[in-house]
Amino acid sequence: MKSGVLNLVVKRLGIAVITLLIVLFAVFFATSMLPGDTASILLGQAATPEAVAGLREAMHLNDPAILRFLRWLLGLLHGDLGTSYANEMPVAALIGGRFVNTMKLAGITTLISVPLALTLGITAAMLRGSLYDRAVTILSIGVISVPEFMVATLAVLLFAVYLKWLPALSSVNEAHSLTDLVRIYAMPVITLTFVISAQMIRMTRAAVIETLSTPYVEMALLKGASRRRMVLRHALPNALGPIVNAVALSLSYLVGGVIIVETIFNYPGIAKLMVDAVATRDLPLIQSCAMIFCLGYLLLITAADVVAIMSNPRLR
Amino acid sequence: MTMERAAFSRRSFLGHSYNLVGVVAALIILAWTLVAIFASYIIPHSIGDIVDDDYFGPMRQGLWLGSDYLGRDMLSRVLMGARYTVGISLAAVSIACFSGVALGMIAAVTGGWLDTCLSRFLDAMNSIPSKLFGLVVVAAVGSSIPALILTLAVIYIPGAYRFARALAVNINTMDFMTVARVRGESTAYLIGSEILPNIIRPVLADFGLRFVFIVLLLSGLSFLGLGLQPPLADWGALVRENIGGLPFAAPAVVVPSLAIASLTISVNLLIDNLPQKIRDRDA
Repeated sequence: MKSGVLNLVVKRLGIAVITLLIVLFAVFFATSMLPGDTASILLGQAATPEAVAGLREAMHLNDPAILRFLRWLLGLLHGDLGTSYANEMPVAALIGGRFVNTMKLAGITTLISVPLALTLGITAAMLRGSLYDRAVTILSIGVISVPEFMVATLAVLLFAVYLKWLPALSSVNEAHSLTDLVRIYAMPVITLTFVISAQMIRMTRAAVIETLSTPYVEMALLKGASRRRMVLRHALPNALGPIVNAVALSLSYLVGGVIIVETIFNYPGIAKLMVDAVATRDLPLIQSCAMIFCLGYLLLITAADVVAIMSNPRLR
Repeated sequence: MTMERAAFSRRSFLGHSYNLVGVVAALIILAWTLVAIFASYIIPHSIGDIVDDDYFGPMRQGLWLGSDYLGRDMLSRVLMGARYTVGISLAAVSIACFSGVALGMIAAVTGGWLDTCLSRFLDAMNSIPSKLFGLVVVAAVGSSIPALILTLAVIYIPGAYRFARALAVNINTMDFMTVARVRGESTAYLIGSEILPNIIRPVLADFGLRFVFIVLLLSGLSFLGLGLQPPLADWGALVRENIGGLPFAAPAVVVPSLAIASLTISVNLLIDNLPQKIRDRDA
């Protein structure tokens, strides 16, 4: 029976690879639809038509789109992300440091939000219907229902304007000590944690409640097991799969979250880089950033699916 | 079936299955809809007029919501913003749900390679984070209102498709579908007369949820400066242009945020408080 699970997982990974190709294709085409001829943008208004034509030739812009796509894909496989139009630096060099910054932000957020959300979600499910449960539920619905920038705005109002604990803007360059570091990361991390945790709490709570309503948990209750034992010993091990699934799915919300959070807090990460690249119409940069985000997103939702497959005892 | 539905509607007419939260939420949504329709008649000042000597003015008589970063009346701008936020989102969600649900039902009824191809393709589209998708497409085709509506619609078609297809596949296995097929009914009839009436209620609830997603995405894009372009301003754009007032907690940056929240939370609460039978997938 083990091979059945393996087959499903391999199949799921295969689908992920095909999806990635389709996504890359979509990103490539969306960006090649960007208005304006790249060659004439690069050369400026004073360029002669001959110069523009020459550059078009040199950049292979006259080739059919499918050929350019394949060439781009081949470059990706060699680790060549292309050259930024705006400042003629290799895209890889532009992304490198920024990528580390974004990963730091995402990593810290994950470290804080996962334990927080799991604790809140599981306890809310255990105390279902209580005042505590209702407070947690209403708060998480509230956070999910508003845009990320509003969570960020409220966080700034609360922590920077009224309480004056933290600066409103962050800049990694100024970090000299641990306190600096905390002050820099605090606002973006708080905002992201709210956004991610709200999703995770809801999904975790739903998963635990579903397990708690199964016959074997009722059996545990009837044989006189304590509420604590019933949840920790009988329900949780079986809810683990759905919970990990929920965690991976919630973390995929990081992708949308960082775009807003990095922009509002002026955080030098890859999402800010991409928003700026969209403003300057820097195609290779947009393509590479979009690709990294899609890759991260796909990894997370594939991981969620794989965990769901592996944790289903009927498939084991 | 008919009897069941008659019984159902009578119950809801008696107000039996609606609770207070749901009613309040519905009233707020109704209010914003009316504001969106009649905005140009009820605004106290023209949205372009500079009426305050100060920028980021506080709330006071005459300028009930203070003034924005140029000293324009915030109340008028928020009321007009409702028109863009509600209007664009409603148009986008209508296109997304209509296309998504139609495709989903066709895929479920037809089956075979059409179903496989559509599902694969739309699942792949679903794997692009919506904000990223919006960013790239808006950068490509621009931020005119029709372009925005289409972009938002395209982003949420896969979700509507997936939802409707899952429901329609269940209905498709029913005996009455087999009977209709044996009668030789056309695909159009099967979809319109057999499947749609059976899935319309959950589909409408899904319509509401998707409307919230679209409002949030539109606001997010506008906030990034990639949505509605000045001089037009929806609520997201109003937050963006007044973000400079954040350090003084100016009403100009708080009020549009609250407007978005009041609309999205109301829709979510209304759906959460709908009678179970409407909400359920297998209603």
